Amino acid sequence: MNTIEIKNLHFSYNAGEEILKGLNLTIDERSTAIIGQNGAGKTTFVKLLKGLLRPTEGQILFNGQDISKQTVATLAKDIGLIFQNPNDQIFKNTVLDEVMFGPMQIGMSKDKAKEVALKALDMVGLKGTEKINPYDLGLSERKMVSIAAIVAMDTKVVIFDEPTIAQDYMGKKRIQAIMKELQRQHKIVISILHDMDFVAETFDRAIVFAKGDALLDGDVKSVFKEKDILEKAYLEQPYTMQLCYELGYKEAFLNPEDFVAYKKANQ
Amino acid sequence: MAEIKIENLKYRYPDTKELALDGITCDIKPGEFIGVIGRNGSGKSTFCQSLIGLVPNFYRGAYGGKVFIDDIEVRNVEVDELCQKVGMVFQNPFNQVTGSKLTVYEEIAFGLENFGIPRNEMKKRIDDALELLDIAKYRDRAPFDLSGGQMQRMAIASIIAMNPEIIVLDEPTSQLDPQGSEEVFKAVAKLSEKGITVIMVEHKIEKIAAYSDRIMLLDGGKLVAFDTPQEIFAREDLAEHGVVAPVYTRICKDLGLRVPGTDYYPVTLDEAHKLLACK
Repeated sequence: MNTIEIKNLHFSYNAGEEILKGLNLTIDERSTAIIGQNGAGKTTFVKLLKGLLRPTEGQILFNGQDISKQTVATLAKDIGLIFQNPNDQIFKNTVLDEVMFGPMQIGMSKDKAKEVALKALDMVGLKGTEKINPYDLGLSERKMVSIAAIVAMDTKVVIFDEPTIAQDYMGKKRIQAIMKELQRQHKIVISILHDMDFVAETFDRAIVFAKGDALLDGDVKSVFKEKDILEKAYLEQPYTMQLCYELGYKEAFLNPEDFVAYKKANQ
Repeated sequence: MAEIKIENLKYRYPDTKELALDGITCDIKPGEFIGVIGRNGSGKSTFCQSLIGLVPNFYRGAYGGKVFIDDIEVRNVEVDELCQKVGMVFQNPFNQVTGSKLTVYEEIAFGLENFGIPRNEMKKRIDDALELLDIAKYRDRAPFDLSGGQMQRMAIASIIAMNPEIIVLDEPTSQLDPQGSEEVFKAVAKLSEKGITVIMVEHKIEKIAAYSDRIMLLDGGKLVAFDTPQEIFAREDLAEHGVVAPVYTRICKDLGLRVPGTDYYPVTLDEAHKLLACK
C-alpha cells in the first residue's frame, strides 16, 4: 500500500513567517480532501508533497523514502500535481502535445505517450480536441486538459488543487468519476477543495488546515459534524448537514439522498 | 442608478460557426441582483462581456441587436468610457491584476488614478473597498504574493473602488473558501441594496438562489428563462439545460413539500427549515 508520511513539517517562504508549523500526518489510500481558509497553507503543502518546495524542517516520506533526497524529475514518476490555475501548467500548442509531454518526460515512447494521452483525454471528456490550442478552450476545459496531462502519467499519487473551479454540474460529476476511478486503481488521491458538498460526496477523509497545522482530521462525516471548529477555519458544513443542524437532528446526513431516505423511512 | 435594456442580442466570435449569444432580450432594473446560471459554454461569460462592451468592441466578431446602459448603446462607445459606469470582475483574477503595481493598495488605486480621481477621495474609496472585502491587512503585500482567494477579493475591491453603477461578476467566488465566498455574496448584496445593479455568474446554486432577485438561465446562447429563483428552480427541464436545483429544493421536491399557498419548492435553507420543522 502506498503511503505518504509527514513528520514535523515546517515551511516558510520568508524568515520569521511560518506557513506550516510542524505538521504530522500519514496519508494512505483513503481519498483525502484538504480543506481550509484561503491562505491556510494548503497549496504550499501540496507543493511540498510534489517536491516543488523543500521543507525548512521535518521530512516527507513516500513509501518510506525521504522525498527531499530525490529530484523533482525523479519524483514526477510517482507524484502528480494538477495546478490550481491551468495556465501555470499548460504551455504546449496543442491539447495532445500537452497531454503527451508528461508521459514522454518520464520515459514513455512517443507511441505509448500518444496512447495514454488519448485515453486520458477521453476520460476527461475532451476527445476530439487533440489539435486545438489549449488556450482556445474555456477555463473549465483547460482545467480538464491539465487533469488529463497528469492522469496520463499514471503516477501513484494524484494531487488536485481546487479541481472544481469553473466547473458546472456535469464537469464536477466528471471530476468525481475520475477521482473514483483513480481510487479504484489504488492510487493516493489528494485534493484541495472549497466545495464542501463535493468533499462530502467524494472523499473518505477530510483534513482541515488552519494556521499551518491540521486542526481536524478524520472521516468526512466526523469532520463535518464539528460545526463550530469548521466556522473557526472559515469553512461551513455541506448544505444537507446545515439543514440537519438547523432542524436539531441527532443524525447528520452528508447528501440530500440520504436525508430524503431517512425522512421517508421515518414518516 | 443605471437601467439595462437588451434587444435581440446576437453574437458570434471571430472564426467560429455557432452563435455564442442567440437572441437575448431582457430588461434589468437599477439595483437588481441578477444571478446568471447555465452549463459551461452556455454564453454566460460572453453575456457579461457584452455588458461592458468587450463584446463586440474588443473581441470583434459578428454582432446583432442592441445593448443599452441607460441611453448609451454599448457598441457605440469605447470600453474605457463605459468602465466608470459598468465594472467587471473577471473569472480569473490573474486576467485582471495589472502586474505593474507593487502593493495591493496601489493595485486598487490604479483604476482611480487613470480617471484622475482627487487624492483624498481616492484614499477614502480604497480604504472602504479594503474594508468591505476584508483585505485591509494585506494592503502592503505584493498582489502576486496573495493566495488565489485573496487576489480575487483584491480584484473585486479594485472594481468596487471605481463606484460603478453596474457591477458584473463572472464566477467571483470560485477560488474562495466557503466563508470568504459568503462574505463576497454579502458584500455584493450590500452594493445591490445601495442601488448598484449586480449581474453575477455563479455555479454555486444554493448561494445564487439565496441572494438573487431574479435568475437568468442560459443554454446554447439562448435565454431559456429569466425569473425569480422560486420559478426557475420549480422548472422540470433544469437537467436538460445542464443545471441542478439547490439541495434544499431537491430535498423538498422529493418529499413533496411546497411552500404553502404556492406551486414552489423552497430554494433556501431558511425556507426548507421552516417547512421541515413543521413536519
